Amino acid sequence: MSIFIDKNTKLVVQGITGRDGSFHTKQMIEYGTNVVAGVTPGKGGQTFEGKVPVFNTVYDAVEKTGANTAVIYVPPMFAADAIMEAVDAGCALVVCITEGVPVLDMTRVYPFVKERGARLLGPNCPGLITPGVTKVGIIPGGICVPGNVGVVSRSGTLTYEIVYQLTRAGLGQTTCVGIGGDPINGTNFIDCLDAFEKDPNTKAVAMMGEIGGTDEQEAADFVKNHMTKPVVGFIAGRTAPPGRRMGHAGAIISGSSGTAAEKIEAFKTAGISVADRPMDFVELIKARLK
Amino acid sequence: MNIHEYQAKEILRGFGVPIPLGKVATTPAEAEAIAKEYGVPVMVKAQVHAGGRGKAGGVKFCKTPADAREKATAILGMQIKGLTVEKVLVTVAEDIGSEAYVGIIVDRQRKKPVFMVSAAGGIDIEQVAAETPEKILYLPVDTRYGLRGYEAMRMGFFLYPDVKLARQAAKIMQGLYAAFMASGCSLAEINPLVGTPTGTLIAVDGKMVVDDNELDRHADIEALRDVSSEAPSEVDARNANLTFIKLDGDVGCVVNGAGLAMATMDLVKYYGGEPANFLDIGGSSNPEKVVNALRIITADTNVKCILFNIFGGITRTDDVANGIVTATKANPLKVPIVIRLTGTNEEIAMKILTENGFTASKDMDEAVKKAVALAKGGKAA
Repeated sequence: MSIFIDKNTKLVVQGITGRDGSFHTKQMIEYGTNVVAGVTPGKGGQTFEGKVPVFNTVYDAVEKTGANTAVIYVPPMFAADAIMEAVDAGCALVVCITEGVPVLDMTRVYPFVKERGARLLGPNCPGLITPGVTKVGIIPGGICVPGNVGVVSRSGTLTYEIVYQLTRAGLGQTTCVGIGGDPINGTNFIDCLDAFEKDPNTKAVAMMGEIGGTDEQEAADFVKNHMTKPVVGFIAGRTAPPGRRMGHAGAIISGSSGTAAEKIEAFKTAGISVADRPMDFVELIKARLK
Repeated sequence: MNIHEYQAKEILRGFGVPIPLGKVATTPAEAEAIAKEYGVPVMVKAQVHAGGRGKAGGVKFCKTPADAREKATAILGMQIKGLTVEKVLVTVAEDIGSEAYVGIIVDRQRKKPVFMVSAAGGIDIEQVAAETPEKILYLPVDTRYGLRGYEAMRMGFFLYPDVKLARQAAKIMQGLYAAFMASGCSLAEINPLVGTPTGTLIAVDGKMVVDDNELDRHADIEALRDVSSEAPSEVDARNANLTFIKLDGDVGCVVNGAGLAMATMDLVKYYGGEPANFLDIGGSSNPEKVVNALRIITADTNVKCILFNIFGGITRTDDVANGIVTATKANPLKVPIVIRLTGTNEEIAMKILTENGFTASKDMDEAVKKAVALAKGGKAA
């Protein structure tokens, strides 16, 4: 079992002919992902690598191939439109890899996606992988192995680091999810924790947060009140210099600064084991699985 | 991106927000001439990207043009939070009856821009928020529909019981919202919004922060950037599409991804070292980025060791390896380099590095320990 993606995932790639889109589509196909279609406006009718049909619109792709999941590798100024197109065409899961999407665009996209009952992951995220089954996005397949640890992270490369260490220690994963670090993202820690709690194969969860905002504190509350499975957490940015403040409004709205110390404290209070170094995940998870 | 008060006010004026007359001066003589032209008492205000200008002595009331000259002499060149004041805004001093706060910010929890308004404006607004939250009205805006008339009026009446003032305030809210959206802001605020004894409202201070991700579609805003108010190395990094923050340590870090970059700095510190910088080469890779990263890091003479920590996803590690080889061929390194690299195309990357006389590890912990030891002048473990 897994969360969000499995063997029934049929993927359409938006921006399949671009530099990043084509490179990672090849990697996904190699990994075993069922890539059924690509979309690049104006290139409809072509085939990618001789096997994946390319369409002009996501509507065409969904109609002709039954794609149920979309992954987006389009430039930032077009990403908001691409997300809405995929959702409107009927994709239940949309994963936006694109970095640099304006936050005001996301204020329009977020309610659009919610109202249609779809799930958005990202933007500015590495996607997700169910080891041995399928991957959507850019997480390197080679570092993952199937197992029973659920992984969720705000960062891309830090996720790889920790997954790599888990794998080397023989701790496989159910699904690894990178939720992205942007201020407004489609899926948060709580959505993933909830899904891992309900997934029978997941026995423990590794969660990587960062300084800034209050998502980790809210996730800690969720763990305390709704989770039976053990959670091990890490916060990046203990030594980061305090950022330049955003006027008075930033302080008024958050009421707190979102420091590492504050988040670590919230984790500990909620019974989450805290890793001081990335490598400490291994021992902590082993201990909690006993 | 931050813009100066005088620039924010010009934008707000363009959206119908009433702003006091004002001009920018870079010398005391200019400040005096502007005050003389207005013929009324003025404020001389430091233009730097820092909060708390008033508390730092960078905002002064001046009765006469000679007074404006004297105050400008004191403020120009002054340091506020490490930034040198190079410009002042000379602006007509308004008679103050009341001071309100009006701000709008993108709130990550509500996932919407949220207005915050309070009749208790002025420099202590944060204290007001912390101690008497009921004095602040929070109003989230659905950007698909924009700020509706009744929402603006609700805020107007929250600030002013008098309908004439409430209507003026509502119009100002609409102007502020329009300026916020049109400029791609993550924050815009008017503090204080002054009510004069004669019953008019005027925005005496204005601040706008623009989302860096919007700058590609706002060339007019990008043109307002004041590079003199930023660290030269940070400007250089931005031009090379790198995220760089200079710190005081001696281990120069080159990492891909902000989370891993922070975790690397944390680990440097954990093993007793001090990071010289935060540097994220970002997602999509090309060798040129690595060349620029090395140039920026080696320009810092405090750096005793360079640490690469690359975990390839969208970043191809062979691109990074090629960048390291190109950069060091052109400019041989004077300090040791420790390379940790794994992920996408790692076999090709390792081959490139080995063929060019570099060694690289796949283990982060080991690489960080080694870099800390080398920076301290010791031998690598």
